[in-house]
Amino acid sequence: MVFDLAFIWAGLIAFAVLTYVVLDGFDLGIGILFPFGKSEQDRDLMMNSVAPVWDGNETWLVLGGGGLFAVFPLAYAIVMPALYMPITLMLLALVFRGVSFEYRWRTTRWKGIWDAAFFGGSFIAALCQGLALGALVQGIEVDGRAYAGGWFDWLTPFSVLTGFGVVIGYALLGATWLVLKTEDDIQVQMRGYAWWLGAATLCVIGLISIVTPFQDPVYFDRWFNLPGSLWSMSVPLVMVGLVWSFFTGLNDQSDLRPFLSALGFFVVSFVGIGISFYPMMVPPSLTIWEAAAPDSSLAFALVGAVVLIPIILGYTGYAYWVFRGKVDPAGGYH
Amino acid sequence: MLESFSAETLARIQFAFTVSFHIIFPAFSIGLASYLAVLNGLWMKTRDETYLTLFRYWKKIFAVAFGMGVVSGIVMSYQFGTNWSVFSDKAGPVVGPLMAYEVLSAFFLEAGFLGIMLFGRERVGEKLHMFATVMVAFGTLMSATWILSVNSWMQTPAGYSLNAVGQFVPENWWEIVFNPSFPYRLVHMVLAAYLTTSLVVGAVGAIHLLRDRTDKEARRMFSMAMWMAVIVTPIQIYAGDVHGLNTLEHQPVKVMAMEGHYDSHPQGAPLILFGIPNEEEKRIDYAIEIPYLSSLILKHKWDAPLEGLDTIPDDEEPPVAIVFYSFRIMVGLGFAMLGLGLWSLWSRWRGTIYEAPWLHRAAVLMGPTGFVAVLAGWITTEVGRQPYTVYGALRTSDSLAPVDAPAVATSLVAFIVVYFFVFGAGTFYILRMMNKRPATPKLGLRDGPIRTAGITPAPQVDPDFIPGE
Ligand code: HDD
Ligand code: HEM
Ligand code: HEM
Repeated sequence: MVFDLAFIWAGLIAFAVLTYVVLDGFDLGIGILFPFGKSEQDRDLMMNSVAPVWDGNETWLVLGGGGLFAVFPLAYAIVMPALYMPITLMLLALVFRGVSFEYRWRTTRWKGIWDAAFFGGSFIAALCQGLALGALVQGIEVDGRAYAGGWFDWLTPFSVLTGFGVVIGYALLGATWLVLKTEDDIQVQMRGYAWWLGAATLCVIGLISIVTPFQDPVYFDRWFNLPGSLWSMSVPLVMVGLVWSFFTGLNDQSDLRPFLSALGFFVVSFVGIGISFYPMMVPPSLTIWEAAAPDSSLAFALVGAVVLIPIILGYTGYAYWVFRGKVDPAGGYH
Repeated sequence: MLESFSAETLARIQFAFTVSFHIIFPAFSIGLASYLAVLNGLWMKTRDETYLTLFRYWKKIFAVAFGMGVVSGIVMSYQFGTNWSVFSDKAGPVVGPLMAYEVLSAFFLEAGFLGIMLFGRERVGEKLHMFATVMVAFGTLMSATWILSVNSWMQTPAGYSLNAVGQFVPENWWEIVFNPSFPYRLVHMVLAAYLTTSLVVGAVGAIHLLRDRTDKEARRMFSMAMWMAVIVTPIQIYAGDVHGLNTLEHQPVKVMAMEGHYDSHPQGAPLILFGIPNEEEKRIDYAIEIPYLSSLILKHKWDAPLEGLDTIPDDEEPPVAIVFYSFRIMVGLGFAMLGLGLWSLWSRWRGTIYEAPWLHRAAVLMGPTGFVAVLAGWITTEVGRQPYTVYGALRTSDSLAPVDAPAVATSLVAFIVVYFFVFGAGTFYILRMMNKRPATPKLGLRDGPIRTAGITPAPQVDPDFIPGE
């Protein structure tokens, strides 16, 4: 393991993507669960539980993409054309879902349309993120400094599996977030959903873990040889702990525990993917060091990241603190 | 129809289309964020309810415009990779970190404090709420600073070297950030955003004054907007002039296209006011020109020689007609804005600024012109630097991603359909809000219970009720 600028940056990008996944995960999840809101008020409540924070959550996606562009420009230049369709679709989906936060309060006649846009946009964005993940794990064909495959290479049974996996997982995050932020009927309803979604998420994670090592023999190696196997031993152990905490949390009617445990599922899976990937930036052929920008770029950007990321985490935490507690059904919008 | 285009042309159309939509929202939200901070500050200082009402009114409009800005911006940051991946690979080491700074220092700031600004007054108290409002405004300005540094570096690259695989390697970050055209472009664009916003605010004030000239809020905002217009326009015209001189130094070909100078003028060049560029014959037909004026403006000497496009190889020339027209649209509108500002000053001096229907009508008419000038300015800038993406160093045709034309065509059609649908609806909602009086308690629909203790209680019947809403 070489501890240099490129390595640090790979870690930071991974951190940005993970933060994105856990934060925007629950707010996309709320979009996915939106049609299941039983009444007008319930749906208003669901949306209001994330209205003050969704923009900040989505900014981590911009940091993930922009960061990749800044410090691993070659990886960005190869991955984006390879994932042309899912990325474009995701962007369009995010357009629909982003504007519906404001639009649905500005009209009655078209309210149904923006409700549908919120659901459809969230669902498709999540699906595309999963498809992109699957396509990346499968590996991307590279020739020289460019993508060499066709424009439908990303679509395979494996990527469809990861696509729906992410949708289900985000729905789980959304459900547990609502358990935390709501009361009474809707909380009971979401607790019920969380149980089933949790079980489904675990099944999908299991399935993906079984299939992944066969996507590329290298993954197999990393998991079952030292030092990777040390990790691969601990990952399932931690997972068992989380599963226990999740289900007992639901049974004990705890507000917070199911949400934190569900976040834990994501963190652990993410670490697992990290183990499979390292030291590749774009599997199967491009390493972190080959993709990295010149040191002068990495160093310059690192100064900003080291100073600003803690500040960002500080005021983001503050914003969550300001809007803590249950959502007030009479609170209204603005 | 789209089959006949190459992937490059389609990618260019797509970039131009999406970025043109995007810039409309920042042009408004940069100005409006600062305006909101001013309104909130004045309310805290004077406790004059008019300011608070105006703050609430424009805040809701801001929220919608800002949302559209965010989603259209996210598209931009990924488009560099999907359509212009070779550009990303090569220029990424220089422009990437600048854009990363933009995300870290601007986007997070805006997004982090937006929620508190929109929903948090009761929760955090007035002082912190004011702080959040200022942070949002500051964030929009930081964002403009970084992205304009990026764009300016692409116009006037500096502080780099090239490595073996053809990447631009940063050598001196100071020179990169403060590249030669950056200060000019930043000033010109931020002023443009302020002007655009003041024209919109002025137009909305004017509409309500035309309906009821005693409307307190309408008076206040109209007056504020007209002060802004009369002060900022002359500065903007001056800034544009200086910017042009800077461009003459670093991108003389662009200025030739802007001026329509196909031929060199060894003894002083005329200023072509209007005309029709004839790209085949390489001349301006029906030109109306003022002798020597161009040399006087650009060189401060009436008979200074100026080179024309005849000194430039054909494959280095930008499309002249687009640059020529768009430049004139921008400058023409700039002078129209000046006219409006001066008119308002005159009315103010005579004490009739709130009773001048023709002035109000003119202000309504001028409402959207800021957006038109901003777009025209960007088109001048961007088309004028063709055929390069990094001026003089990387050609547009060498920047393209290895994507197939059908893929770009499909996504282009999707963007066009979605943008017109989504942003069309958003614009409609904004216009509908603007059409209501600032004091209307229920601006949008279902704004939730009015809990704003202190102001006039909500009327039982909404006077601005629009049937079918
Ligand atoms: C002069 C100003 C200016 C210019 C030239 C651009 N932008 Fe922009 N952009 C802004 C000023 C701005 C802003 C004022 O900061 C916005 C508008 C509304 C908003 O939410 O922030 C924004 C939003 C915005 C966002 C969403 C930020 C968020 O999540 O909050 C992204 C990703 C971009 N932009 C990216 C771009 C790219 C890649 C551009 C160039 C091709 C670009 N912008 C041109
Ligand atoms: C926001 C205001 C902007 C507008 C309205 C705008 C408009 C345009 C237009 C009309 C073109 C097409 C020129 C042509 O193909 O003939 C273009 C090209 C381009 N612009 Fe901008 N631009 C803006 C800002 C930026 C910024 C901030 C960047 C860089 C970060 C940028 C990067 C590019 C690139 C890479 C091209 C070349 C690709 C192409 O030709 O389409 N633009 N822009
Ligand atoms: C009336 C006098 C004006 C003059 C002489 C002027 C001059 C210029 C010049 C020379 C450029 C191109 C610079 C380059 O690409 O190198 C430019 C660009 C631009 N102009 Fe103007 N301008 C004027 C008014 C306005 C007004 C009123 C607005 C908007 C409200 C505006 C908005 C812009 C924008 C957004 C750009 C592109 C960004 C930039 O390069 O700064 N301009 N202007």
